[in-house]
Amino acid sequence: MENALTLQDVRLALEGNAGLVEILHGITLDVAKGETLGLVGPSGSGKSSLLMLMGGLEMATGGRIAALGHDLSNMSEDQLARFRREHMGVVFQSFHLIPTMTALENVATPLELAGRRDAFDRALEELKAVGLDHRADHYPAQMSGGEQQRVALARASAPRPDILLADEPTGNLDGANGQAIMDLLFGLRDRHGATLILVTHSNELANRCDRVVRLRDGRVDTTTREAAE
Amino acid sequence: MSLRTASRFARRELRGGLRGFRIFLACLALGVAAIAAIGSVRASIEAGIQSQGATLLGGDAEMEFTYRFATEEERDWMGQQASKVSEVVDFRSMAVVERDGTTERGLTQIKSVDSLYPLVGSVALDPAIPLAEALGDQGGNPGAIMHPLLADRLLLEIGDRFRLGAQDFVLSALLVNEPDNAGGGFGLGPRTIVATSSLADSGLLAPGTLFETQYRLLLNDSNLNAVKAEAQSLFEDTGMRWRDSRNGAPGVSQFVERLGSFLILVGLAGLAVGGIGVSAAIRAYLASKTTVIATLRSLGADRATIFLTYFIQIGILSLLGITIGLILGAATPIVLAPVIQTTLPLPTMVTLHSTPLLEAAIYGVLTALIFTLWPLARTEDVRAAALFRDAMNAARGLPAARYLLATATLLGLLILAAGLFSGSFALTLWMIGGIIGALILLACSSLLIRALSRRAAPRARHRPAMRWALAAISSPREGAASVVLSLGLGLSVLAAVGQIDGNLRSAIARDLPDVAPSYFFVDIQRDQMPGFLERVEGDAAVSRIENAPMLRGVITKINGQPAKEVAGDHWVVRGDRGVSYAAAQPETTEITEGTWWPTDYSGAPQISFAAEEAAEMGLALGDTMTVNILGRDITGTITSFRDVDFSTAGMGFVLVMNEAALRAAPHSFIATVYAEEQAEAAILRDISNRFPNVTAIRVRDAIDRVTEVLGSIAAATAYGAAATLLTGFLVLIGAAAAGQQNRTYEAAILKTLGATRRRILWSFTLRSTLLGAAAGMVAIGAGILGGWAVSHFVLETDYLIIWDNALAIVVGGVVATLLAGLAFAARPLRAKPAPTLRTAD
Repeated sequence: MENALTLQDVRLALEGNAGLVEILHGITLDVAKGETLGLVGPSGSGKSSLLMLMGGLEMATGGRIAALGHDLSNMSEDQLARFRREHMGVVFQSFHLIPTMTALENVATPLELAGRRDAFDRALEELKAVGLDHRADHYPAQMSGGEQQRVALARASAPRPDILLADEPTGNLDGANGQAIMDLLFGLRDRHGATLILVTHSNELANRCDRVVRLRDGRVDTTTREAAE
Repeated sequence: MSLRTASRFARRELRGGLRGFRIFLACLALGVAAIAAIGSVRASIEAGIQSQGATLLGGDAEMEFTYRFATEEERDWMGQQASKVSEVVDFRSMAVVERDGTTERGLTQIKSVDSLYPLVGSVALDPAIPLAEALGDQGGNPGAIMHPLLADRLLLEIGDRFRLGAQDFVLSALLVNEPDNAGGGFGLGPRTIVATSSLADSGLLAPGTLFETQYRLLLNDSNLNAVKAEAQSLFEDTGMRWRDSRNGAPGVSQFVERLGSFLILVGLAGLAVGGIGVSAAIRAYLASKTTVIATLRSLGADRATIFLTYFIQIGILSLLGITIGLILGAATPIVLAPVIQTTLPLPTMVTLHSTPLLEAAIYGVLTALIFTLWPLARTEDVRAAALFRDAMNAARGLPAARYLLATATLLGLLILAAGLFSGSFALTLWMIGGIIGALILLACSSLLIRALSRRAAPRARHRPAMRWALAAISSPREGAASVVLSLGLGLSVLAAVGQIDGNLRSAIARDLPDVAPSYFFVDIQRDQMPGFLERVEGDAAVSRIENAPMLRGVITKINGQPAKEVAGDHWVVRGDRGVSYAAAQPETTEITEGTWWPTDYSGAPQISFAAEEAAEMGLALGDTMTVNILGRDITGTITSFRDVDFSTAGMGFVLVMNEAALRAAPHSFIATVYAEEQAEAAILRDISNRFPNVTAIRVRDAIDRVTEVLGSIAAATAYGAAATLLTGFLVLIGAAAAGQQNRTYEAAILKTLGATRRRILWSFTLRSTLLGAAAGMVAIGAGILGGWAVSHFVLETDYLIIWDNALAIVVGGVVATLLAGLAFAARPLRAKPAPTLRTAD
C-alpha cells in the first residue's frame, strides 16, 4: 500500500535559552494511506514536535519527510502552506479559531485560500456535519470549548484533506465533550477516508487507532496495535 | 496570492474595531493635522495677499525708483498706460518735538503723498476725518498723520506741533490703518504721513538724500504681463523696479512662504515622532495577532496573502487617521479665524485650501507606509509552528531586501515631495537629514541607556526600588527606546531652537553693541560734513568715526550681460545697493587681490568689490560691471577685491569706485559714530539741532527691532516643536499603556515577595524620572550640537550653552514621562497578586 507519510531518520534540534536542545533523535516511520495512527508518550517526549514536522509546520534539522510522495524537506514556507491547503487538515488542542471571524468564516477560510467558489456553502455543510449550523454566525468568544473544537474539526475537514493531523484534540475538553469530539473525528475520517494522525494522552482515544506509536525522549519506544500496556 | 481573499480577511480583521489602534490613529492624525493647519494658515495668508494685491500695492502696478523722481520720459509713459498715477515718496527722518525747553526725537518712516493717494483702499484715521483734511493746512502749518506708537513715544496729542527737517507740522490725526503697508511693521521706525507738497521747505529731499519714489498706476490695459514687459524693456536699466497686484507684497509673501515651509518641515519632525508611535502600535498589534497569522499559515495561507491582509487592514486604518488629521487641520484655522485675523498684520482669507491638505495627506500616507512596512514585513517571519512554540515568534535582524528597498524608495519620495512643496531641496535635505540623524542618535542613546542601567543595577543592591527601576529600564520590554525616541526628538527640536535662538540673541543683543557703532547718521550733505565732524571728533566720549559718501545704485550688467543672468539671485544684484567712492585706500581696508587705484586717478572708472561676494558671484579681476545710479549707467572695471565684514553692523560697501567716477553725481554722506552710551543723547541732540535734515539711526533700537522679529520666528518654531512634543507624549502614553500588563504582572510578583504599594510606586516613579531625564539629556546633546553647528557654520560666532533652556528641557522630559508613566500606575498598584499570577499561568 502507498504511504501517506514516510519519515526517515528524522531529527529535530531547537535553539533554547540554555543552548541547542535535541528534541527528536532519528525517527523512522511509515504511515499508510487511510491508516489511523496514535502518537502517545509522556510530556516532552516529542509527540507534538513530530506532528508539526509531519504537517510541515516545523522544518526538520535532519532526515527526510515525504508526504504523499512529496519531499517536504525541500519545500519553501509558501510551498508548504500551499501543500497543506491542498492535502492536509490540522486540529489543535487550543482550537486556534480566528477570533474576528464567525464560525462559518473560520470554516470557509481554507476553502477561500484554495480559491473555491463554493467556500461558504461547503463550510455550512461542514458545520451541519458537526451539528453547529445554527451557530454559523457566532464568534468563537460566543461558543463553548466543545463547540469551538467542533468548528475547528469542521475547518480541518472542509477541504477534504488526504491527511488529518490532530494535536491532543480533546486535551482542553471535559469528558462528555471529549467523547463527542472523538466520535466526530473518527466519523469524519471514516466518511472521507483520510489518513488520521493524532497526538493524545488518552488511551481510549489511542485505542481507537489502527496503530499506536509510543515516543520516549525523542525516540520511537514501541509500535503496537493498542496503547494500553 | 489573491487580493480578493486578502481583502475579505482584512475586512474580517477590521471587526476587531479600533482596539489597539487608538494611539496609532492619534499619532497619525495629530502629525497630519499640524502640517495641514500650518499649510492652511500659510495658504490663507497667501490667498489674502493675492486677493488684496491691488490694495496692498496701492494700485494695479507700481514703478519704484531709488532717490530720484521719475524722469519726464518715464512720467509720459506712465501717463499713457494708466488712467491715474499717484506718486509716493518714502524715506526715514527724525520727528522732533520741543516742549518746555526739552527736545524729544523719534526715528520715523515718512510717506509723503499726493492728492490722489491712496488709489486703492482707504486710510483709516482717528479722529475719522478725510485724509485731504488731515494733511491740509492746520492753522498755518501743514497737517501730518502719525502712527500711535510714535505719537505716544513723543507724548504728542492731536493738535500738537512737531518738526520734520526744517518744517513744522501739526499732528492732525492718528494712523489707524494704512492700506498699502503689508508687513510695513518690519521698518525701523513707525510711520508718519505728510503731503509731498508740504516738504518743499523741509530740506529733507535735497539731491543725494536717500529716498524712494513709488508711482502707483491704475492701468488702462488689464494685461499686466504685457505692460510689465514693456516697462522692463524700457526702464529696467535705469534702476526701475516693477511690482504689480498679482503679488502686492512680494517681500511679505516670500517671508510667509519661507517661514511656512520651514514650519511644515518642523511639522514633519512631529510626523516622524508619530511614525514611531505608529510603528510601535503596529508591532504590538501584530504581536497580538501571531496566533491568528500562524493559524492562517497552518490552513495554507501563503506569506503574500498574510502580508496583504494586514497591509490592507492597516492601510484602511491609516487612511482613517489621515482623514481625521486633515479634518482637524482644515478646521482649526477656520475655528481660530477671528484670532488669526486680529493677530496677524496681514490680510487673510481663511477657508478650505486644498493644496495644503493634499500636501499633508501625501506626507501622512508616505510616513504611514515608511513606519508600517517593517513591522508588516515581520508577518512573513511568523510560521505555523508559532502555535506550538513561543520562541519561534522572535523575529530578528532586518526584513527582506525588498522591504528595505521599498522603505528607501518611500523615503526618497518623501524627500522629493517635501522638496517640491517647500521649494527648497537644500532646506528639506538639511531638515530630513537632521531628523534621521537625530533618530539614529536617539536610538543609539537608548541602547547606551539600557546598557548603563544594566551595569548600574547591581550597584543598587540595598536599594530595591532603584534596582527594580534600573532593571526595568535595561529590559527590552520597558520601552526605553520608544521613550527616548518619541520624547527625545520633540525635546531635541525644542532644545535646538532654544540654543540657536539664545545664541542668535546673545550674538545680536550682547556682542553686537560692543563692536557696533552707536549711531548711523545718514543724509549728511557735503557742506555739512565739516560741521558734523567738528562736533563728533571733538568729543572725548567718541572712540571712532567713519564716514563715506553714500549713493545707491543697481548693478545692471556684468561683462555686458544682464547681472541676474550672470549672478543668479544673489542678494547683491537684487534691488539697489549702497555704493561709495574713495580716492585713497581707507586705512581699515584690506585688499585681498589686485591693487587700489592711485589717489589722483581720473581715468576710466575702476571698482573695488567685496571679496566674499565676488567669489559667490563668480567675479574675477578685469570683469566689467555697470551700475545704474540716478538713472545713469556707469561702467567700471574691477581692479581689486577687499575684505568687508558685515557682521559688526559697521560701515561696509560691497562696491566702491574711484572718486572721479562718482563725485559729480548728487549724493550725501553717511557716518558711523562709536561713542560711550552716556554720551549718545548729547551727540544726537547737537547733531539734530544743527542739521535737522540729518537722520540718526540708533543701532541699539535697530538691534531691538531685529531681536523682536527673531523672537517671533523662534516662537513660531517653538510652537511647531510643541506639536512634535505633544505627539511624542502620545507615543509615551501608548508605550505606558502597552507596558501596563507587564507592570501589573511585575507588581503582583513584587507584592508576593513582600513589597508595599508605596515602594512599588516609588520604583515606578524612579524609572519614569530616570528615563525622562535620560531623554532630556540626549535632547540637550542634540540641541547643543545643532546650536553649535548653526553658530559655527552659519552665524560664524562663538557658541555658548544656554543653560536655562537646557535645564527646562530636562525638567520637561522628566515631567512628561512621569505623567505618562504614573497615569498607568494605578492598575498595577491595585492588582491582587493571586488572580494576576493565575491568569499569567
